[in-house]
Amino acid sequence: MSLSGNWYLALSAVLFAIGAFGLLVRRNVLVMFMCVELMLNAANLTLVTFARMLNDIGGQALVFFVLVVAAAEVVVGLGIVVAIFRRRSGEGTTADDLHIMKG
Amino acid sequence: MRVLVLGAAAGHLALPRIDYYSVLPELVLLGGALVMLAVSSLMRRDLRSSVTTGLAISAGLASLSLSLLQWFQVSGRGGNPHVTIAGAVVQDGFSALVSVLVSCAVVLSALVMDGWTRREEVMGPELQILMLVSASGAMIMGSANDLVVVFLGLEIMSIALYVLAALNPCREESGEASLKYFVLGAFSSAVFAYGIALVYGATGTTNLPQIADYLARNVLLHDGLLLAGLAFLLVGFGFKVAAVPFHLWTPDVYQGAPSPVTGFMAAIAKAGGFAALLRVFVSSFGLLRSDWQPAVWVMAAITLVLGAVLALVQSDIKRMLAYSSISHAGFVLLGLQAATARGVESSLYYLFVYTFMVIGSFAVVTVIGGRGDRSHDLARYRGLAATHPLLAGSLAVLLMAQAGIPFTTGFLAKLEVISASVGAGSTALAVVAMVSAAIATFFYLRVILFMYTPTGSVLLPAPVGVSTPGSVSGDEGAPLPVGAGTAREELADPFAGGVFAGDLSAGASPASAQGVGGCDVQPAPDTRGDGFGDESDALGGEREVADNAESYPADDDDLFLTGGIASAIALCVAVTVLFGVWPAPVLDFAHRAALLFLPH
Repeated sequence: MSLSGNWYLALSAVLFAIGAFGLLVRRNVLVMFMCVELMLNAANLTLVTFARMLNDIGGQALVFFVLVVAAAEVVVGLGIVVAIFRRRSGEGTTADDLHIMKG
Repeated sequence: MRVLVLGAAAGHLALPRIDYYSVLPELVLLGGALVMLAVSSLMRRDLRSSVTTGLAISAGLASLSLSLLQWFQVSGRGGNPHVTIAGAVVQDGFSALVSVLVSCAVVLSALVMDGWTRREEVMGPELQILMLVSASGAMIMGSANDLVVVFLGLEIMSIALYVLAALNPCREESGEASLKYFVLGAFSSAVFAYGIALVYGATGTTNLPQIADYLARNVLLHDGLLLAGLAFLLVGFGFKVAAVPFHLWTPDVYQGAPSPVTGFMAAIAKAGGFAALLRVFVSSFGLLRSDWQPAVWVMAAITLVLGAVLALVQSDIKRMLAYSSISHAGFVLLGLQAATARGVESSLYYLFVYTFMVIGSFAVVTVIGGRGDRSHDLARYRGLAATHPLLAGSLAVLLMAQAGIPFTTGFLAKLEVISASVGAGSTALAVVAMVSAAIATFFYLRVILFMYTPTGSVLLPAPVGVSTPGSVSGDEGAPLPVGAGTAREELADPFAGGVFAGDLSAGASPASAQGVGGCDVQPAPDTRGDGFGDESDALGGEREVADNAESYPADDDDLFLTGGIASAIALCVAVTVLFGVWPAPVLDFAHRAALLFLPH
């Protein structure tokens, strides 16, 4: 059974949209990180699909770069979250708790 | 990359030739960071600030001289771009200019960060290491010849900046700024990666010259995929350079990050972001300019107007400078929108002079912020000229340059982008830019007037007709008793935004009531756990409040001015004035860089 590449592209577009929507709607910082991961993985799926459709392995190689970047981002992001929320014990990990600066 | 894979299929590995010389400036910065990291982890004690600063400055100077050497080589070759590492990196006039720019930013920021580190008694080399790494990322963006390399440069720059923004252990705003920057930055990176994927799908390559070739050889009947990819790339870049629909992180991050980091971030993120933006859009997607020019037109227009208008109502100088940097981004976008060699030239020139103006301005802000880096209310600048004439004079010159007063670099930069825009037929946009520059002059001149208003006349109304919450609270400050002044001071800093500061003018009782509530934003020393900076935090807070209660605004011994910061400010002012009066060298530099970049 073969499946047209367009299905994969549509799936990754939907995943990307879910990630973007979730990032804008959800207030929990950890869930927001997961949404970013979802968006990056949607980009990865698109790259792999196009690489297969174009019969060019370059696109698959790019996925590794994106994966490394995603890993580095999550490490730094979680580090920042831990640093912030250890300083303010007893409060939740939602973005709404971060409201010192406004205007 | 493709060369390597095809070689492998034929049975032998054809490795790409790597010309290390052409990426040497990046390698020097990265190497400096690694050496510092290795040495500091091998030493039993933390490295002294003078050692880390010295290393950072020498790395910056080394990469500056290497970039200049490359520049002379490139112009000696007659402008043929030199492509290396299997087409991933290019060395041409454009990349040499960006490298020079970034190296200058590194040297100046290292000096400013040195003073900040000493004042805040923050130990450890992290600040300088992360600054070098971040600068190498910006440099990579300038010499990237492949969308993936642009992405990697963007991430190297941004991830280091996220951490840099969080590096003030005493201010909770710092962590908040960092997290906000991180979430929106990660979002924009993901959008950018998806844009790369779509462009790859539409053209079959991510190499910038190959994309241009593909577009020149093929007429696309269904170019929806490519245009969608282009739109995603524009959004990703828009976040990094703080263009208006994507600017929301800028004021909070600029306000919360440590002041020297803010100056560095403003210079580097703009330089790297615009370098890659110009290269990708003008050189690779130049044939599609009729598709992307309208989008950039709209973006530039709202960036110019909103940046200038929102800066008018700020009472915190760092927020004001953040909105001013947004409006500067609008001016650089003018050059992109023109999409001509002259447009690119004027954008490069703007970026060059902006680097010195913004790092210098934030250096002065760093000094005036006082211990703890907290006092950035505009009211603190009142009467500064009487107590610190040199600091006030430097800030006045730098702000006038940002406003575009003649005989400074800023004037010529604005003139260049506007005339490039007119030359490309976007007269309406040029008019918007001029109106925005006129509006922007108000808030720059307001700070200058504040500084040159004598302290004795604190009860005078605000000099310019625009009355801000900050100026109101400053006026009310004098008649209040000392206790109320203390509460107000504690509050005015964390809630420096207009909304909360506006409540303060109501009088002493609401101020003290909010002051109690405001205390919980101060980190409690015993909950920190690691014991880092507890002492200095508590001391700094008490001392500052005491100082300000006694005599408001600035107290003499409150300002901690090291030789490093002083020389950085002096350098920025000197460059701003010198090349404002004698603009030929820099203009010529930018002109030839743009010509080498776009030969036709």
